[in-house]
Amino acid sequence: MVQRPGGRLAWRVGRLAEIHDETPTARTLVLDVPGWPGHAAGQHVDVRLTADDGYRATRTYSLATPADGERVAITVQRVPGGEVSPYLTEVFGVGDPVEVRGPVGGWFVWRPTAADPVLLLAGGAGIVPLMAMIRARRQAGSRAPFKLIYSVRTPEDVYYAGELRRPEAGLDVTVVHTRKGPVDRPGEPHRIGVADVNTAGWPAEFSPQCFVCGPTGFVETVANILVALGHDPRRVKTERFGPSGS
Amino acid sequence: MTELFEDGNVLAGPAGEIFAVDITGATTRCVGCGRADVVAALRVYPHAPGLVARCPGCDAVVVKLVRGPDAAWLDLTGTSSLRIPLPEA
Amino acid sequence: MRMGIVTPGFRGRARSADEKLPPGQYLVEDFPVLSAGPTPRVRLENWRFTVTTETGRKHEWSWADLRALPAETPTVDIHCVTRWSKLGTSWRGVSLDTLLADVETAADYVMAESHGGYTTNLPLEDLLDGQAWIAYEFEGEDLTSEHGGPARLLVPHLYFWKSAKWVKGLRLMLDEDLGFWEAVGYHSYGDPWREQRYQGD
Repeated sequence: MVQRPGGRLAWRVGRLAEIHDETPTARTLVLDVPGWPGHAAGQHVDVRLTADDGYRATRTYSLATPADGERVAITVQRVPGGEVSPYLTEVFGVGDPVEVRGPVGGWFVWRPTAADPVLLLAGGAGIVPLMAMIRARRQAGSRAPFKLIYSVRTPEDVYYAGELRRPEAGLDVTVVHTRKGPVDRPGEPHRIGVADVNTAGWPAEFSPQCFVCGPTGFVETVANILVALGHDPRRVKTERFGPSGS
Repeated sequence: MTELFEDGNVLAGPAGEIFAVDITGATTRCVGCGRADVVAALRVYPHAPGLVARCPGCDAVVVKLVRGPDAAWLDLTGTSSLRIPLPEA
Repeated sequence: MRMGIVTPGFRGRARSADEKLPPGQYLVEDFPVLSAGPTPRVRLENWRFTVTTETGRKHEWSWADLRALPAETPTVDIHCVTRWSKLGTSWRGVSLDTLLADVETAADYVMAESHGGYTTNLPLEDLLDGQAWIAYEFEGEDLTSEHGGPARLLVPHLYFWKSAKWVKGLRLMLDEDLGFWEAVGYHSYGDPWREQRYQGD
């Protein structure tokens, strides 16, 4: 259970410190947020933009990195015609301010004190909070065994591609392509199914903590697969992204 | 047909203005069917004038939250109780 | 007064300073779908519209009854409390003046009730004098279920949360009672031109 230092949440002003483009349409924004109280991997932030006539738009983004002083990072997917994502991925520049509220959420969280095996299942942009967990594991020197199954449309849609390709002790990464596969690898594009989770995931007997994140359809399908394979539903935590992230 | 709902994690930010503890891990009990769920597992329909969290079993409204200009309105009539985990006293 | 920063270069949705729009609204060309729950699926053979007076007397119409009544084709502007407005929308439906013509009542208030449990309250007089319809077509097509079909209430002079989707009846009341959103902070009346979004506005 997350006890928040300072009590209730309030808006803070952060400034853009760094930009990293993950794909041609997804950008990681690293913000400096003075007074940031820290956060756990899996949590998210609300981001609020204000136009000069006072019009406001608020969106929610998962944190992509574990706690790092006053630095927080989010990865934003540009949605064509969206109101906020084109601004954040194309206009928002280093030094610009933005309001941030958080950290938010205490349920969908992994802490390095947990030694159990972990199974991460990401659908598209659902990789973001799970990447924070992978990075938290690395930062803490945790030996908890991790497996990641990451479903994307095409190889060009993979976030954190370089980092995920680097071999890492105790972390197994499997990418499932749903529309187009890589030229050098066999395996027809397909939607994630029982066979993928069975082969690339932990057996239910290992009682892993499972984290599933992505669009509602993906989460429903994968959560049902996990239960069908014998995983205890209480060991399956889910976070659904809706279309509100535009 | 896939319905446009998310889950109770969406309540965390707005509820964070009201509660000093995170409520996504709190347990509700649906007055419609008696089912217990953590808030994170409720079905939330966010595309509305406010946040509506429904029971994943019977679709009854469990929690409603509206953020007005100078107040937050919280309707908990759809849950018979709210169990909030806390550190040992 | 609002405190806080301005985000440089952020424009947000195109917002018109058009006099045709109520304060705080912006124009949309699409038709956003907002919903507080799963979409009810109502079969036409089971569809009923029931007006219940304050004495408990019921007046009921089947789908065939509704479609047999004289229909109107109002073209109206609609304004959602979430700030989008859509101008010149065309509908087909039966005026509440027609439906309530033979209903005897001393009630001043109405609760509109929908499949799925949604409710919204209005003064009875706001449903009369050509201000409201039970609408079953939008832009010349059958009203889709995501927009409230088979039939919804249409009361365009108030914020659109009052235009209850999937309407199944009206309950006439002597005293005001609060509906789904009004009970959690939204305005009892909801006039967009006076920007009555929340209780106390």
